[in-house]
Amino acid sequence: MDSGAANDPFPHRHLLGIEGLSRSEIAYLLDRSDVYADQARGAERLTLLRGGTVINLFFENSTRTRTSFELAAKRLGGDVINMQAQTSSIKKGETLIDTAMTLNAMRPDVLVVRHPESGAVQLLSEKVDCAVINAGDGSHEHPTQALLDALTIRRRKGRLEGLIVAICGDISHSRVARSNIHLLNTMGAHVRVVAPRTLIPPAMDRFGVEVFYDMRGGLAGADIVMMLRLQTERMHGSFVPSIREYFHFFGLDYAKLAVAKDDALIMHPGPMNRGVEIDTEVADDIDRSAIRQQVEMGVAVRMACLEALSREARAPVAP
Amino acid sequence: MSERVLFTNARLLDPASGLDRTGELLAENGTIAAIGPNLARDGVSEDVHIVDCAGCCLAPGLTDMRVQLREPGDEHQETLATGAEAAVSGGITTMAMLPNTAPPIDDHALVEFVGRRSREIGRTAIRTYAAATKGLQGRELTEYGLLAEAGAVAFTDGLRAIADALVMRRALSYASTFDLLIVQHPEEPSLGAGGAMNAGEIATRLGLAGITPAAETIMVERDIRLVEITGGRYHVAHVSTAGAIDAVRRAKARGLQITCDTAPHYFALNETAVGEYRTFAKVSPPLRDEDDRRAVIAGLKDGTIDAIASDHTPQDQESKRLPFASAEPGIVGLETLLPLSLELYHNGNLSLLQLVRALSQRPAEILRLPGGHLKPGAPADLAIFDLDRPWRIDVAALRSKCKNAPYDGRPVQGKVTRTVVGGRTVFGLEA
Repeated sequence: MDSGAANDPFPHRHLLGIEGLSRSEIAYLLDRSDVYADQARGAERLTLLRGGTVINLFFENSTRTRTSFELAAKRLGGDVINMQAQTSSIKKGETLIDTAMTLNAMRPDVLVVRHPESGAVQLLSEKVDCAVINAGDGSHEHPTQALLDALTIRRRKGRLEGLIVAICGDISHSRVARSNIHLLNTMGAHVRVVAPRTLIPPAMDRFGVEVFYDMRGGLAGADIVMMLRLQTERMHGSFVPSIREYFHFFGLDYAKLAVAKDDALIMHPGPMNRGVEIDTEVADDIDRSAIRQQVEMGVAVRMACLEALSREARAPVAP
Repeated sequence: MSERVLFTNARLLDPASGLDRTGELLAENGTIAAIGPNLARDGVSEDVHIVDCAGCCLAPGLTDMRVQLREPGDEHQETLATGAEAAVSGGITTMAMLPNTAPPIDDHALVEFVGRRSREIGRTAIRTYAAATKGLQGRELTEYGLLAEAGAVAFTDGLRAIADALVMRRALSYASTFDLLIVQHPEEPSLGAGGAMNAGEIATRLGLAGITPAAETIMVERDIRLVEITGGRYHVAHVSTAGAIDAVRRAKARGLQITCDTAPHYFALNETAVGEYRTFAKVSPPLRDEDDRRAVIAGLKDGTIDAIASDHTPQDQESKRLPFASAEPGIVGLETLLPLSLELYHNGNLSLLQLVRALSQRPAEILRLPGGHLKPGAPADLAIFDLDRPWRIDVAALRSKCKNAPYDGRPVQGKVTRTVVGGRTVFGLEA
């Protein structure tokens, strides 16, 4: 049957990033995620991926993302193989491609890849026949995180369009920030980035975001306050002089939160540094914090992504 | 109970408003309440204390944006109190000290210490820069936000240039987060290393290693590129070369937030002052040649150089009585800042208002301090000086603890007769 690409709600072979996805494609993934989120727990095991293989290929340590993908694949009835690659002991580039070729020979259905270098996942995707999901590449993109953030917001606020979202912290080095900026802008939210200038990359104005160097301005009237992890290994006087100073000016506490909307939602992709970018009390505030819900939504979003891509992979290839 | 002082018979000088005429100024509770030609025409009430300025100039008190005081650490050379005592006699009502004390001022507790001591001393207001990098080591940034909240006026590594380009870029970028100022000592250290005086004929004749003027120009031009990409606020301290001044002139024309100052020795002296190894004429950056000295004056004339700062650097005998290359650089300058600067007026280079702008208005503006203006509501920080009184600089009579100045016996014209801080006379010349 000739379904045709025009009728396909998600006509992509891979999910390498949010940039380039259309509004309807993102909405489709979120809608499917919603379905899975509602049925997830206690539902009988699904069979979409039965007989299929998902390989988690992680060149960078991760617990929550890898576990989340694993759970998602298993709930869809697939087999999961986890591979934790040691990046330090191998030569990059050539070996990455060698690894890809080896894995490709095993004929998996989906490769889920995380890599510390921007662009590495795309490079790998060009060498394999199966679908590839980017589980985070360097400072470039982390599309499933942005989708689960969007799903969390949509379920709590009922919409994305028109919301003011303040993304605070290390924007420069954050793949989460980039994916979120692309997604939220595409969906019609108003995105702000808030950080000391050393943590804001050049040309942010080209991304359709408003830049703030102070929390008071950046959080004023915000619906969503999304905190990013400060990579403390980057501190030491180089981007930020000290944790003490960072927390004083950019750490989220109730005083800074006071200028945001009364029902502003607090989000964090984890893992959190309590007392660095976020005050413990705020992080644990069950009325305001959506941090645990984000983790929960992660599984549903990854099920939706696996579904969208494996369906695509199994579709007959046009001659 | 209000304290009111009326200054009469004064030549009022306010460069910000262009005011230059005889009149009166009323100070009330430490701030300027009124300025005008005839404030006393209807008589004054009895509680007003009247100061007759006898036709002297009355200007906003000088803001000296670059001084070294040796407290904490080297109190035998200068303390905050002796520095303030010297400053008031020079008409200086606010000064900003470098963080190169021992320990260096890179922590908010030390900034608060200076503020507290300044209030206790109650003379010239002493403000401090904070170190731009921890320990002035040029590597890790200090806590700019917290230091500024504690009262630091700006950030600099003092006598050391912030040499590493990446560190400077981050400093400018991080400072701009809080709209703070970075102040640079303009000398590329690898080119200045080992040098004792300006490179040129005299250095060659004396057999001293020279410091090329390019060391200054290169640093300033590099920094301008970094200001361009970071959007930071940047100030070059004590410019001494035509090249650096020209670079700043072009940067200003492009609209960058760049300012600079110079010190009296860069327009009052040139490298010939080194003579036969006179260590009192050793400064950093070094005294340059006559063309550069003229370029400094031209820069002041056209406003490229915003401010004149004393660059007050106390050095004791042990630091100066050494072979030239081993001697410490620096000149004490708090008490000679105004008379040496007035030479530019007396010889027709600058108007009086231009001069007051460089000594009072601009430095206060650059450091975002409240002084520098004669207008109602401004602090009653005033310098009253006899524009024409001739005298000779007597180094032995300087109030500063150290006497390292190459000006002994130099005839100058213009003397401070009274200095007022917060409406209160803190220095008065005996008639």
